Amino acid sequence: MPQLEEVSYDQYKHLVSERALTGETMLLNMGPQHPSTHGVLRLLLELDGETIVNAIPDIGYLHTGIEKNMEAKTYLKAEVMTDRLDYMNTTGNNLAYCMAVEKLVDLDVPERAQVIRVIITELQRIASHLVFMGAFGLDLAAMSMFLYCFREREYIMDILELCSGQRMMTTYFRPGGVWRDVPVEFDAAVREFIRIFPRRVDEYEALLTKNPILLDRLVSIGILDPKTALSHGVTGPTLRASGVNWDLRKARPYIGYEQYNFNVPVRTEGDTFARYIVHIEEFRESLKIVEQGLEKLKKMPNQPVQSDNRKFVVPPRAEIGVSMEALIHHFKLWTEGFPAPKNSIYSAVESPRGELGVYLEGDGGPKPHRVHMRTPSFDNLSAINKMTQGHLVADLVAILASIDIVLGDIDR
Amino acid sequence: MITDWTLWLEWFIKSLVWIFALLGGFAYLTYYERRALARIQTRVGPNRAGPFGLLQPIADAIKLIFKEELSPAKAYKFIFFLAPILTLVPSIVIAAVIPLGPPIQLFGRQINLVLADVNVGVLYFMAIAAVAVYGIVLAGWSSNSKYAMLGGMRSTAQMISYELALGISLIPVILLANSMSMVDVVKAQGMLWFVFLQPVGALIFWIATLAEVNRAPFDMPEAEQELTAGYHAEYSGMKFALFFMAEYQKMIVICAVMAVFFFGGYLGPGVDKYPLLGPVYLFIKVFLLLFAMIWVRATWPRFRYDRLMSFGWKVLVPLSLAIVFITATGILLAEETGNPMWMWAIPAASVIAGLIPVVTIYRTLKRLSYERA
Repeated sequence: MPQLEEVSYDQYKHLVSERALTGETMLLNMGPQHPSTHGVLRLLLELDGETIVNAIPDIGYLHTGIEKNMEAKTYLKAEVMTDRLDYMNTTGNNLAYCMAVEKLVDLDVPERAQVIRVIITELQRIASHLVFMGAFGLDLAAMSMFLYCFREREYIMDILELCSGQRMMTTYFRPGGVWRDVPVEFDAAVREFIRIFPRRVDEYEALLTKNPILLDRLVSIGILDPKTALSHGVTGPTLRASGVNWDLRKARPYIGYEQYNFNVPVRTEGDTFARYIVHIEEFRESLKIVEQGLEKLKKMPNQPVQSDNRKFVVPPRAEIGVSMEALIHHFKLWTEGFPAPKNSIYSAVESPRGELGVYLEGDGGPKPHRVHMRTPSFDNLSAINKMTQGHLVADLVAILASIDIVLGDIDR
Repeated sequence: MITDWTLWLEWFIKSLVWIFALLGGFAYLTYYERRALARIQTRVGPNRAGPFGLLQPIADAIKLIFKEELSPAKAYKFIFFLAPILTLVPSIVIAAVIPLGPPIQLFGRQINLVLADVNVGVLYFMAIAAVAVYGIVLAGWSSNSKYAMLGGMRSTAQMISYELALGISLIPVILLANSMSMVDVVKAQGMLWFVFLQPVGALIFWIATLAEVNRAPFDMPEAEQELTAGYHAEYSGMKFALFFMAEYQKMIVICAVMAVFFFGGYLGPGVDKYPLLGPVYLFIKVFLLLFAMIWVRATWPRFRYDRLMSFGWKVLVPLSLAIVFITATGILLAEETGNPMWMWAIPAASVIAGLIPVVTIYRTLKRLSYERA
C-alpha cells in the first residue's frame, strides 16, 4: 500500500495562529468539494473544538481567465464572456460592460432601451436573490426553501428566454441598447410574475423569518461592523445590513434609476439575520421598480431600442437588404470591430451582490488593452475571517451563505 | 429446557417476519420519504423505475451492492468494518418487544403477535437504543477523517443527552400502565390512549426520538451542509447502505414504539373480534407518524449543535422530570380519593408545565426578532 505523505501546512504558517503549529488547534480543510461553499471555494479552518479560530479563504479553483480572454476579442464579441462571470446575474454583468463601452466610445442609448434594461436588471436581481434565499435555506437545512425559490426563478428565466432566446447566458444588452425590442408577450409575462410574487415572498417569510430555530441560528451571528465592512471594501446587501446606506442606484444613478421610486433597505445590526432581512426586503423594492418600468414602457411604444450610430451599433437585418452602407457597417463591425479611443474608464453598477465595476482600457484599436472587473463577491469574501472568528462551524455555513458569494464572480 | 420444537419454529418464523418487514419497510420508507418530500417541495420524486417508481428502492439496492467499497488508507480497518454492523443490529433487535397485535389462534395453538413479551420491555428498548450510539462513534473514529470525527463526537453527545429525556418521558407511561411490559402498556390503553393523558410527555418523547434517530432538525451528526456527511462520510457501497438501513429501520421501529406507548399500539375498533386487524392498525399509526417525521424534515432548518445540547438539558430534561412528578401526584390523588377524575388533572397540569418553556422561548425570540418597517 502506498505510504501517505503527511500534509504540510508550512505555506499557511503566517495565516494561522501559533496554537495550530503546536497541534493545539485543528486545521480542517473545507472545500473545494464541500456542499456549502457555493461552488469551489476552499476554506482552511483553524478549529478549537468546533469553534473557529481562523477561516482562511483559498480561491482560484474556478479561474477561467475571462479578463485576459476579453483582451483578445473585439469590444462586441468580448461581451459574451461577461455572462459567465457572475452566473447568477448575467444581464447585470452585460449591463456593467455595456455601460463601460458606451462610456469609452461615448455612445448614447435610447430611452426605451434604458427602461428595458432597468426591468430586466431588476428581474435578474430578484432571480439572483431567489438563488440566495434558496441556497441560504438549504445551508441551514430548510431544504424546501431551495425548491420553492427555484420555482419562482423559473418565471424570470422564462421571461429572459422570451426576450433573448436564452435562459441564462443572454447577452441581451448590447453597447448602444438592447439586442431586440421585447416581444408582445413580455408585458403579460412580467405582470403575471408581479401578481404572484409578493404572495410567495410572504410564504418565504412564514417559513423562515419567524422560525424560532432560524432566529436562534442567525441573530447576532457573524456581526460585521460598518468600519470593518468599509475597510474590506464590502458592498451590496452585506454592507447595507451593516448600517451603511450605500446603493449605487441611489448614490450614482445610472440608466435612469433616478426616475424610479424605491427604497434602499438598510439594517444596522450587521448580523446574519440582518443580511437575510435586507435580501427579503429587496425583493419587494425590486418588484416596485419593475412595475414602474412596465408603466414607462407602455408610454413609449415603437421607439428605437438601439442607438442608430452605425459606427458602433450593428444595423438590423432589414436594413442590410436595402442599404449598401448598412452591409458595409455590418461586415466591418463583426469582423474588425470598432476602434475605441486610447483612454481608460471605470464604470460601476449595483449588482445583487454589490458594486460591480468594469475597468476598460482602450488603446485606439478594436480590442481592449486591459479589462478588469471589480467584483463584489471577492471583496465581500475577504471579510469572512473577521466575521466567523469565535463562531461554530455551523455558523460559518450560515455566514458564508448570507454574504451571497458566487465563485464565478471571484475567480475571473 | 424448551423441547417443544413447534415453539422454536414459531420464534423462527416470527423473527423472519420481523426482519423481512423491517428490510422491506426500510426500502419502501426511502421511497415513501422521497415521494412525500417531493410532494411537499413541488417536485415529482422517483417515478421512472416501475409503476409510480415503485421499483426505485430495488434499483437503489442493486446500485449500492455493486458499488466499489473504499476505505481510507489510514482507517482502522477492523473497526471500520464493524461499525456499520454495530449500528444495524440494534435497530433490528429493538423490534423484538413491539407487540403487533393481540394473540391469535392458529393451528390449534395460541400465538402471541410479539416476539418476546419481556416483562422489562421498556428497559430493553432503552438499553438497545443506547447501544446504537457505539456504531456511530466508532464509525466516526475509525474513519480517521476529521469530518467523520466531528460527526461522531456530535452524535455521542447528542444521543446521550437525549436518551435521558427519552427515558424520563417514558416513566409516566410506566406509571400509568403499572407495568414495564410493552404488551401491558398497550392493554392499559384499552379505554384511552395515553397521548390524551400525557400530551406533553408524548411531545417530549417525539422530540427526543427525532434526536435519537438523527432526523432533521436534529441531524447534526450527518449535517450534510456542515460536515458533508458526518460519521459516514468515508463509507461507500454496502457499508454505507447498512448505515442508511439502520437509520430508516430505527425510524420505523421508533415510530412503532411511539405508537405503542402513546397511541394505543395495535388497538382500534374491532380488534377484539378480528385480532388480525391489530397489525393493520399499527401499520397505519406508524405510517402517519413517519409522515410527521418527513414533514418536519421538509419544513425546519437544523438546530445548531450547542443550542441542541442546551435545549436537551435545560428544557427537555427538567420538563420531563416535572411531568413525572405531576403524573405520580395525579395517580396518587386518584387512588387515595377513589375519584378517577383526578386523572384529568395530569394532562391539565402538564400542559401548564409545558407552556412555561414555550412562553419563555417565545418571549426571548420576540426580543431577538427585529422591528420591521
